[in-house]
Amino acid sequence: MMRRAREWMMAVVALCLTATSLQPLAAEGVRGGTLRLLAASAAGSLDPKINYTLQYWSVYQYIYDGLVTFKQAAGEEGFTIVPDLAEAMPVPRDGGKTYVFQLRKGIQFADGRTVTVKDVVSSFQRIFKVSSPTAGSFYNGIVGADLCLKTPATCTLAGGVVGDEAAGTITFHLVAPDAEFFDKLAVPHGVVLPADTPARDMGSTPIVGTGAYMFAAYDPNKQLRIVRNPHFKEWSKDAQPDGYPDEIHYDFGLTGQAQITAIENGQADWTLDEPPPDRLAEIGTKYKDQVHINTLTAMWYVPMNTNLPPFNSLKARQAVNFAIDRNAAVKLFGGNALAQPACQVLPPGFPGYEPYCPYTKSPGSRWSAPDLARARQLVQESGTAGQKVTIIVADTTAAQALGTYLQSVLNSIGYDASVKTISGNIQFTYIQNTNNKVQISVSTWYQDYPAASDFLHVLFGCDSFHPGTDASINISGFCDKAIDAKMKHALATAATDASAANREWAAIDKLVTDQAPAAVLFTPKHLDFVSNRVKHFVFNPQYYWLHTASWIQ
Amino acid sequence: MTESPPAPSEPGQAYSGRVEPPAMGPWARALRLLAADRAAMLSLALLAMITALCLAAPLYATYVAHTDPFVSNVDGEITLRGKRVPVVQPSTEGLGLGSAPLGPTWEIGNFLLGADEQGRDIAARLLYGGRNSLLIAGASTVLCLVLAALTGLVAGFFGGFVDTVISRVLDVLWAFPIYLLAISLSIVLITKGFDIGPISISAGSLALPILIIGIVYVPYVARPIRGQVLSLKESEFVLAATALGVPAQRILLRDILPHVMTTLIVFVPLLMAINMLTESALSFLSIGVQPPDASWGTIIQDGTNLIYTRPMVAIAPGIAIVLTVLSLNLLGDGVRDALDPRSKLRLR
Repeated sequence: MMRRAREWMMAVVALCLTATSLQPLAAEGVRGGTLRLLAASAAGSLDPKINYTLQYWSVYQYIYDGLVTFKQAAGEEGFTIVPDLAEAMPVPRDGGKTYVFQLRKGIQFADGRTVTVKDVVSSFQRIFKVSSPTAGSFYNGIVGADLCLKTPATCTLAGGVVGDEAAGTITFHLVAPDAEFFDKLAVPHGVVLPADTPARDMGSTPIVGTGAYMFAAYDPNKQLRIVRNPHFKEWSKDAQPDGYPDEIHYDFGLTGQAQITAIENGQADWTLDEPPPDRLAEIGTKYKDQVHINTLTAMWYVPMNTNLPPFNSLKARQAVNFAIDRNAAVKLFGGNALAQPACQVLPPGFPGYEPYCPYTKSPGSRWSAPDLARARQLVQESGTAGQKVTIIVADTTAAQALGTYLQSVLNSIGYDASVKTISGNIQFTYIQNTNNKVQISVSTWYQDYPAASDFLHVLFGCDSFHPGTDASINISGFCDKAIDAKMKHALATAATDASAANREWAAIDKLVTDQAPAAVLFTPKHLDFVSNRVKHFVFNPQYYWLHTASWIQ
Repeated sequence: MTESPPAPSEPGQAYSGRVEPPAMGPWARALRLLAADRAAMLSLALLAMITALCLAAPLYATYVAHTDPFVSNVDGEITLRGKRVPVVQPSTEGLGLGSAPLGPTWEIGNFLLGADEQGRDIAARLLYGGRNSLLIAGASTVLCLVLAALTGLVAGFFGGFVDTVISRVLDVLWAFPIYLLAISLSIVLITKGFDIGPISISAGSLALPILIIGIVYVPYVARPIRGQVLSLKESEFVLAATALGVPAQRILLRDILPHVMTTLIVFVPLLMAINMLTESALSFLSIGVQPPDASWGTIIQDGTNLIYTRPMVAIAPGIAIVLTVLSLNLLGDGVRDALDPRSKLRLR
């Protein structure tokens, strides 16, 4: 009997121990299940060398790897660049013009093949062969890039990217020192793909990667299905951690209203799209525990074509800046909880940011109120009053609301404004092409990587203005030789002295703001509304919600 | 359609003592029939009231509501029951997300039906929108009937090669689903405007939806007109006129057109109702009336973003469309009954 009792006691103790040991496991996360993501539409090509959208960039970080990557962590730590397929961060040589990366051994693609030096070299050649959107802006500093940009089909980057299969090293030679070189390698256009990947946009055909997950199927009209990579073994928790969900289903096609309802009902876990304005109050009250709001380094802005009337006049551009009520724009975007008024290019907290706002009732460091009288006076002085102006906006709720508001503002200061709404799928490239003669538009810019140049040089530098193409991200067509020279100087300074460079960028920010090639409206915040199944929400400032760091209960 | 004149009294015939009422013309009889149709008269009254209200839009906006319904008023304020309140109110509950425009106040001249997301007075926009919707529906109906009458008369009367060409063109138009054709034309013209020869219409002009809607329904009216003309062409009075050497143009205008006129008139309210729905659909899709102009379709489109919090923005123009289209259809039925020769049997 005693023996029986002892056995029972031991069983109870064992159960308790098991329960205790399970407790931390639950807190650490639960593997398994399917994460269900939603978006109104797919983001086009799945090719990581082609796609330039946040929608898929946030997915690529658990599908692909580059030599280096942004750390998979929350907060400022998420901007740290860590070695990924490279064993360590290389020390720059030759005055910052040469980098030698040692490739990790034994890492496999999702199809079982081992990653080789040849794959790495080929991946960088492919950036040019497929005319990646950043080929001319991020990777043009590599030796041999100029030839690749001229004749992409025969690109070899000879002397620029040199692989040594025996030593397992890849050496990059740059034309000039580049303080942002690691940032450029860390973005998805720099990921490593198999050497035999065809040198064309692969569109809807998935390309294998080395990440914790792989694409299983993609129908841009319906769904992107992601499953675990059977050949993945975690080599760096910072760079490519293993994930919790077994599968991720990214479904397309639901309207904004239907998406929110699905999440509320637990039929989906998250939506990429901003919630419709009339659902914000509901989710901010009834579902506030499922809402995550994070500040972004981004801006909503109104680029004005500096080469077309009426905005080829500085006074006309400044008038628009004075006339816009940033508070009204913030209200239309969802209120102060989701955006902050701004009137300079660099967002708060960004390298080189110094508060500056000349376009307000009391010019200083902060925007306070619009100055319509000043705006009307400037329009009169510019001699552009009465001119026809067409505003091009995307067909999203927020962009259309801002477009209608902007039309009202332009009419109130003396223009004859109209709004043209075009599909969000093409608006971004349409407004870039000078052939479309776009005078003014509503656009957004979200950082590629945390550097002042990614706003100032990319958006307002002469090198980013390519007339007659869809890839002219300098939408304003602003090219001031003196300011451009200062930008180039700041880029060079950054290679040796980051602080000094940031001071230069702060001055450049003011110069560009004074020239008003655009009217900055506000700095947006990012709202993630997740289902109550999602636990452990981690927000990375580079790629936003880290999908696979969360688990489902 | 024309009645045989009463037979003259034979000379010497005895006077019967009965006084025959003067013969009633077809138009007078139709009007009398229409006036006797209560549903049609009620619809006409409703339609007249809606039209009058819409025509008074500038008066309402300027002298009653004191607002410009085409200017954003996101940061505006109004006095409501003695208190100053923002037209677009930021949320103060929970996480403070979003903002909602003012709901209906039910005070005439003070955001009676509330505001839209730009803080504009919905009641004033509804009246202005109605003006545009009615104008487009009416003008496109006239354009459609003129084009349809012209093509139907010419094709039916002249026949042969002319008929073949016109009929095939109409067949091509007929082959397209109406909305698909209207949407395709709108997308092209709304972007570039219409510029052929001396005719130039700018991209944002109301003339564009009028032109598009007016054209897409031509085959639907022209076909029955052509059929009627083919039949009339063989009638004795036309054959007689032709035999007497009356010019074709005169026969068309004096003998055939009056006979197809009733068909055209029956089409007016019915086509206007269809055109109003088409205009609303195109404007809802942002390819009809362009902002800052409004139509009932564009206001419904504005309201879709507020359907949960401020449904009145979409409901009010929806009701206006339903009432107008319903009254046009009922009036159309009445007109058809009144002009139908068989309906004289019902005349008392």
